[in-house]
Amino acid sequence: MNFLNQVGAILWKDILTEYRTKDALTSMLIFGLLVILMFHFAFEPDSRETEKFGPGLLWMTFIFAGILGMNRAFATERENDSLQGLMLAPVDWSAIYLGKMLANLVFMLLAESVILFCFALFFNFSLMPRWGWMVTITVLGTLGFASVGTILAAVSMNTRMSDVMLPILLLPIALPVVIGAVESTAAILTDPPGESLTFWIKFLVVFNVIFITLPLLLFDFVLEE
Amino acid sequence: MNLRPKAVVQIEKVEKWFGRTNALEGITLTVRPGDFMVLLGRNGAGKSTLLRVMARMLKPNSGKVEICGFDVRHDPERVRQRLGFVAHSSYLYRHLTARENLRFFARLYNLENIDQKIQEALGWVGLGQSADRQVLGFSRGMQQRLAIARPTLHRPEILLMDEPFSGLDLEAAELLTQWMKSFVSAAKTIVMATHDLEQGLSGVNRWVFLEKGRIEKELTGDFQIIRERYKQFLRERKGELS
Repeated sequence: MNFLNQVGAILWKDILTEYRTKDALTSMLIFGLLVILMFHFAFEPDSRETEKFGPGLLWMTFIFAGILGMNRAFATERENDSLQGLMLAPVDWSAIYLGKMLANLVFMLLAESVILFCFALFFNFSLMPRWGWMVTITVLGTLGFASVGTILAAVSMNTRMSDVMLPILLLPIALPVVIGAVESTAAILTDPPGESLTFWIKFLVVFNVIFITLPLLLFDFVLEE
Repeated sequence: MNLRPKAVVQIEKVEKWFGRTNALEGITLTVRPGDFMVLLGRNGAGKSTLLRVMARMLKPNSGKVEICGFDVRHDPERVRQRLGFVAHSSYLYRHLTARENLRFFARLYNLENIDQKIQEALGWVGLGQSADRQVLGFSRGMQQRLAIARPTLHRPEILLMDEPFSGLDLEAAELLTQWMKSFVSAAKTIVMATHDLEQGLSGVNRWVFLEKGRIEKELTGDFQIIRERYKQFLRERKGELS
């Protein structure tokens, strides 16, 4: 209970800070909407085009918008050396990771829900028949991405050019999640959903388990170094 | 029969390396309840590193550190529950109010009667009227006072201080000195690293001179004599270097 209370305190603090500053959400939303708009003009958004390119475009937008938000994840902890204040508290350091990862997940999902709505609008893509699957895939893909992104944001926090370092570290490692998310999204765009859907959902679940467990075990080393 | 109280800090042969630099070299030190120990030394002597190893923010490469009987390697959370750490950074969140900052840390320390403790702490540092204002709008002095209130919440048994008076205004420095005096009179333990031989040193009973990660001297006695000995120690080191 103590551990969960501490995770909750860190999550509450990050959400309250974001509610007041709106730093991460604003940058993610503006970037995401601009990309959707540019893709809308670059491609002919009929149903075949959407089926072919839509999943890749959508997840590319999610991922790059997510990286912008992720870069802000530890920015508040740098002011006044607040991260050291967290490290000095009697918390298992993995609680710090989990609290910050959940905050990233919440911010990304909020931004993605708006981006997804605009994507459906601009690309003539009806969400209604598939919304259940779409929510499942979005949550699974974002969870995997936020898990690995949060620990790498901590790694890159104290490097020179940390804003550039994060995508360089994150994109190759998060590739399995991106592939799984794109393929499963592609599978639900066909009618009826493709047979590969179950495989890709399982694939995402497995990578999520790995991507959440490993950072929980490694976060102590990241903070110490 | 040994009548001396059991050590609250027991450090044995601790080594800490940063790459090829040996920041702590075979440090062995015992601190007993009621001790007020000051670590003196030039920049890079290892004072801050030693405090950070004690708080288990850094893991030593070898050796053993026990705080209140708990090994910092195996029980870091229990160790930190008993420590208060004051440094020149405030560790505050600018977009939270004073009350929200203290509530956040109180939750991390799993405290009971949080509201009452926060109210007392804010009243003590004179921020009762500004409790619900964001730290962003605080003057530097107000931030410093709130930063002093933060580690008092969980009533630590040992206070680790890293250059605590650096940059403090008069009011904040007085509050900190007042808290340290109450700490000493309650026979609790303070370990402070400092350059400053002017402030907050009343009640010090042990002086440890560090140089290049090693304990060079440990002295007890009158402050004026210690100050002269420390100046002489610095002159000797400067002479060795030149």
